[in-house]
Amino acid sequence: MISFIAKRLSLVLPTFLGITLLVFSLIRLLPGDPVEALSGERGMTPERYQRLVHEFGLDRPLWQQYLDYVWRALHGDLGLSTITHEPVFREFLTLFPATIELSMVALFLALAIGLPAGILAAMKRNTVYDYTVMGASLTGYSMPIFWWGLLLILFFSVTLGWTPVSGRIAIQFDIPPVTGFMLVDSLLSDDKGAFRSALSHLILPAVALGTIPLAVIARMTRSSMLEVLREDYVRTARAKGASTWRVVAIHALRNALIPVVTTIGLQVGTMLAGAILTETIFSWPGIGKWLVEAIHRRDYPAVQGGILMSATVIIGVNLLVDLLYGVINPRIRHH
Amino acid sequence: MSEASLPQAPAGSTPPSPLAELWRDFRRNRGAIIGLVIVVALLLCALLADVIAPYSPSEQYRDATLQAPSWQPVNGHRFLLGTDPVGRDVLSRLIHGTRLSLLIGLVSVGLSLSIGVVLGLLAGFFRGGVEFTIMRLMDIMLALPSLLLAVSVVAILGPGLMNAMYAIAIVMLPHFVRLTRAAVIGELGKDYVAASRLAGAGTPRLMFDTVLPNCAAPLIVQATLGFSTAILDAAALGFLGLGAQPPTPEWGSMLASALEFIQSAWWVVTLPGLAILVSVLAFNLMGDGLRDALDPKLKR
Repeated sequence: MISFIAKRLSLVLPTFLGITLLVFSLIRLLPGDPVEALSGERGMTPERYQRLVHEFGLDRPLWQQYLDYVWRALHGDLGLSTITHEPVFREFLTLFPATIELSMVALFLALAIGLPAGILAAMKRNTVYDYTVMGASLTGYSMPIFWWGLLLILFFSVTLGWTPVSGRIAIQFDIPPVTGFMLVDSLLSDDKGAFRSALSHLILPAVALGTIPLAVIARMTRSSMLEVLREDYVRTARAKGASTWRVVAIHALRNALIPVVTTIGLQVGTMLAGAILTETIFSWPGIGKWLVEAIHRRDYPAVQGGILMSATVIIGVNLLVDLLYGVINPRIRHH
Repeated sequence: MSEASLPQAPAGSTPPSPLAELWRDFRRNRGAIIGLVIVVALLLCALLADVIAPYSPSEQYRDATLQAPSWQPVNGHRFLLGTDPVGRDVLSRLIHGTRLSLLIGLVSVGLSLSIGVVLGLLAGFFRGGVEFTIMRLMDIMLALPSLLLAVSVVAILGPGLMNAMYAIAIVMLPHFVRLTRAAVIGELGKDYVAASRLAGAGTPRLMFDTVLPNCAAPLIVQATLGFSTAILDAAALGFLGLGAQPPTPEWGSMLASALEFIQSAWWVVTLPGLAILVSVLAFNLMGDGLRDALDPKLKR
């Protein structure tokens, strides 16, 4: 197990360094002047220019600049936003809970619908259930999420008037941030109806963001389940007279879920990226929307920091999933 | 290799040609056929865009803005799928968008496939340091979700249609490299490669002439699926304002530029999205069908 962990960790380090290299070179590869890009100022005096060159360390050799960048990043120093002049790291931390909340609810929806749908499709193979689930999942997988989000708004917000169009909570509620998760914070506050408002704001973005993971999870669960149902121990359980549901629930499901766990882990990364689109459509104040805005405003320290932080989170989650996979599936440890 | 040197099969039991066999397996899959039909239709739309589009995609009929889809002519013009906020014919723009989307797919898949195949061949043939470097690089690229990587690349290169295609090509690269390498390593141990080597074939010849054709199956499947990724990601980048810029009739940017009219004019928002969904779905269906037909392990 220890060598397994060591092997996984040895893959993480070069990946992290690779991302820092990508993000570091972003400023140098940009057309235009790195000083202007980092400071967000144009047409400054030569004295100020020289001072900034020194301040940003651009007068030192590249490898020193790179090491310095990594060192600072490891200490949570990602520079200042050129628009707000706030530390990028702090801006990220302020907005990140909104993205986590959205992703977690989306993942919950995807699991709550995707797992049963996949199991059903596998058990009723080649029936109308199976075809419906597989057809829906292929459609979901091919769905342009930004369009899907708009359709949801068009139908549920504009036509039916059930849910609000954008934001995290109605304006009249002033919820003090305790955990950063609006659903939790609104429950903690005394405001009646705040939780309802938060939930109604969250539901459509969560459905939009959860659609692709849902499709992938349903597909994966089905194929994994089909594989397990062919195994000898399932046949043995059947031969002993266990009911179909007992066989599935007690014998097959546990083993069928092993590859699904990996899929779920990979979907976390997909969701963080999907948040870029979903948050833009629903004006959800998370890191996805922030990143797109930073690119449009040419706020390069924020772009750098946003990409680096999202990538780090994704690498971390993937590592966690890999380790978890080793725990629940002993076979993998010995490879 | 000459035909004469092959042992002749007894008359009457000629095995079907590989292509005929592929078609036979592919045809059994109804979804794959639907995908193929749509792809052919899209291809025709793209090739004949100038002929079948009723109007120019950039011509603005200022006296007929935001017309709803209808058979009734407006000022002597018939806008079957309505007009957009500046009075351009939505149908014509969608048809020209097909050309653009397929072109994006072709360029980004072509770029990614050709570079990926070369890198994969290098990694498979020269194990050791070369392989390690290439594969670790690919692992790093795979660590980022595709859209985040594409957005990062566009952030460096700057927004635009061409840069979006480069970004998508880069995003797809690791898949082609991994597939090629895995297939190459599988083929290298086989007798025909050893025979060719003994016959004096040099490494480049072994790579491209002997081994590569036998690795084609998974690459064809991945390239087909790559089209759907490319169309979807290009539309997403266009929607975010990081891909094709208006007034280019690209589906994603068409959708983005009509966002404010979502409540009053459903067609300017729903139709481009529908075009994206249908094309992505078609390539996915076709790719799945090709995979089932080409993968001997799945044949039953």
